[in-house]
Amino acid sequence: MTGALVRLRGPLKQLAGGGEHELAGATVKELLQTLEQAKPQLDGWILDERDRIRRHINVFVNGERGDENTPVADGDRIDVLPAISGGSA
Amino acid sequence: MTELLVGTKKGLFVLEGEGDEFAVTARQFAGEPVEYAMRDPHSGRYFAAMISPFYGPKLFFADDPRGEWHQAAGLALPEEGDASLERLWTLVADDDGTLYAGGDPGVLFSSRDGGESWALNRALWEHPTRPQWQPGGGGLCLHSIVPTPGTPGRLALGISAVGIWLTDDAGETWRHGNQGIRPRYLPDDAPKDTITLCIHNLKRAPKQPDRLFMQFHGGVYRSDDGAESWTYIGDGLPSDFGFPLVVDPADPDSAYVIPLKADMDRVTPEGHVRVYETRDAGASWEPRGDGLPAEHAYLTILRQAFDATGEGEGLELYFGATSGDVFGSPDAGGSWFPAAVRLPPVYSVRVA
Repeated sequence: MTGALVRLRGPLKQLAGGGEHELAGATVKELLQTLEQAKPQLDGWILDERDRIRRHINVFVNGERGDENTPVADGDRIDVLPAISGGSA
Repeated sequence: MTELLVGTKKGLFVLEGEGDEFAVTARQFAGEPVEYAMRDPHSGRYFAAMISPFYGPKLFFADDPRGEWHQAAGLALPEEGDASLERLWTLVADDDGTLYAGGDPGVLFSSRDGGESWALNRALWEHPTRPQWQPGGGGLCLHSIVPTPGTPGRLALGISAVGIWLTDDAGETWRHGNQGIRPRYLPDDAPKDTITLCIHNLKRAPKQPDRLFMQFHGGVYRSDDGAESWTYIGDGLPSDFGFPLVVDPADPDSAYVIPLKADMDRVTPEGHVRVYETRDAGASWEPRGDGLPAEHAYLTILRQAFDATGEGEGLELYFGATSGDVFGSPDAGGSWFPAAVRLPPVYSVRVA
């Protein structure tokens, strides 16, 4: 694999036209910015206008919780998931 | 046939009906909060502001609310700043076809292409008083945008808790319109020119555009000079706290409010749901509750959950509550009927 694998679910998967995206970048933020450029319909859904991951979205790198600045390498798996903190009755 | 757009905590509901018979005919954005939905009277296009706790506020538009919705562009704050758009509270059409959207943190957007793309109003965003702006309980919300019939670009805004803002040049420049407002939540010796003013709602009388009515955080007010200054008109109401406000377009002396007991107890007073009507510019108020729940009914009616269509004796009124009930009146408040029951908590009601 060249690059990291970003995996999306739910409405993000629908917007992106697929759940798995192989992307190049040195950090989570770079990967997500690249994803937004490739899939402009995702603009603003994961990163806000300050390029911060939205408060109630969690990003995991190889199963460990990460943030915008978490380094990534070729072959890493990045899962983008709604956080349980965002839901309420 | 009347079509209602009901924004709820769990999606947009479309209701259709006539007289006192209404039915739900569509649900969109299932599971997502829809803060506000409206239909542009110029283009006929429908808009819905979805406020996802996960993905942030998004505005969608559609030519048919039962069909495909498209996301609007440009509703974001400057990338170089330290703030993000938190919420979209309202959308309003001006006479020249310009659309305005208000949101949190106290921001105004405009669109001149029918709502497909939007631009931030920089004059308000960069206003020198902004560092002093304080949010209300619902955030720093720009919830009321009031154009002037026949004079496009002459707007009055209500922002919680930053008072009334006026422009005569489509938002190039802004000035305050706060004279006469007395906030009871500030000390008596607070500066008279404070802008920490928690406006709850603002409406203009179309046939007398310099007359406006305003629901304040404790107080109902009237302006006769285009929202430059205000006169208290809350005497005669069971409570002068509340959020919703509508006017009868045919009668500049008319206004309807739905009082809640108090800011610390935001339910209909005495468990009795009543709309209050004035026909003498606030000199007196009459309850209009025939057909509304009258016992152990502790409802909360939110800011955008009250609307009207028609005028005079044919004025139709509709409001929804966080209980999930929607009520309608076909005769200017004379009688009421349930238009829908057991919906999710109602955030907004607009006649399409």
